[in-house]
Amino acid sequence: MGLLDYFRTTRPKGSASIARERLQILVAHDHSQRHRPSYLPKLQKEILDVIRKYVEVDMSAVSVNYEQEGTQEILELNIVLPEAARTRA
Amino acid sequence: MARIIVITSGKGGVGKTTTSAALAMGLAQKGHRTAVIDFDVGLRNLDLIMGCERRVVYDFVNVINEEANLNQALIRDKRCDNLFVLPASQTRDKDALTKEGVGKVLDDLSQTFEFIVCDSPAGIEHGANMAMYYADDAVVVTNPEVSSVRDSDRMLGILASKSRRAETNAEPIREYLLLTRYSPERVAGGEMLSVEDVQEILSLELLGVIPESKAVLNASNAGVPVILDRDTDAGQAYLDMVARYLGEQVPHRFLEVQKKGFFSRLFGG
Repeated sequence: MGLLDYFRTTRPKGSASIARERLQILVAHDHSQRHRPSYLPKLQKEILDVIRKYVEVDMSAVSVNYEQEGTQEILELNIVLPEAARTRA
Repeated sequence: MARIIVITSGKGGVGKTTTSAALAMGLAQKGHRTAVIDFDVGLRNLDLIMGCERRVVYDFVNVINEEANLNQALIRDKRCDNLFVLPASQTRDKDALTKEGVGKVLDDLSQTFEFIVCDSPAGIEHGANMAMYYADDAVVVTNPEVSSVRDSDRMLGILASKSRRAETNAEPIREYLLLTRYSPERVAGGEMLSVEDVQEILSLELLGVIPESKAVLNASNAGVPVILDRDTDAGQAYLDMVARYLGEQVPHRFLEVQKKGFFSRLFGG
């Protein structure tokens, strides 16, 4: 950086900070995926199949979330039923 | 028992082979009997970087298949008596590297060598898995660039789950970060990830920083490991890296922008 650069009014912000932010998010996400049990996708599919026997739901209706807090493992299942199904019941 | 060191990265072209050649030569020059193995079956390059490509007769796969013994396949370096190269095969199927075969070769080498440096191929497939499976230490070579950093992180996950040490619940592989092609000028200008950025993201012990340097291409052109070019920045940075690996306390160099004269300060450049 030359001395004359200091007199320039608009110095462009470096792209390195963008790279750092993107990587931090990406790596945190990758790490949360890393320790998941390998059966999760199959579990999700089978649960979906069972629900579909009774209620017409789409692929995104079942979400399976796995978290590890210390020695505790938490498996969270979230099933979203459509509006029509609720009224029928 | 030899210490087995894998040089890995995930991403290609970041300097694994350059680093393997430099680390092996550096250890050997410090008096340690060292073997360096090219795991890149099908695309061998280590022999070229080491300058012994015309002396290859038998290779790693020949030894695994018992078509040659280790003494026939190992190439003794002409510059350093403690250093031996085991080249990769150029033509064979890469499945030739079986877990048992690789294990046996490493066991045999362990009888007479202090260090075994495994030059991993890029990617996370069979060859890379074989290179890291038996490792005691891993040097993760990373460029200050998004795809390289992400691949290194993925490689760390694989080291922690698919190595022999992980599978047998032994003490985990010791992992080190080597940042290569570093340009302090571009870091100062905010256009390149800094050492601190990469270290924070990967949270690894920093083994060294190798500056972007013309010396690396010059050395590979000539088939001389760059660590032998002691007058160059990259050569000195690799010497520091080897000393640090062996437990010496060496401050990091080449992290700051080189001082410039008055005129270049005034006009930039």
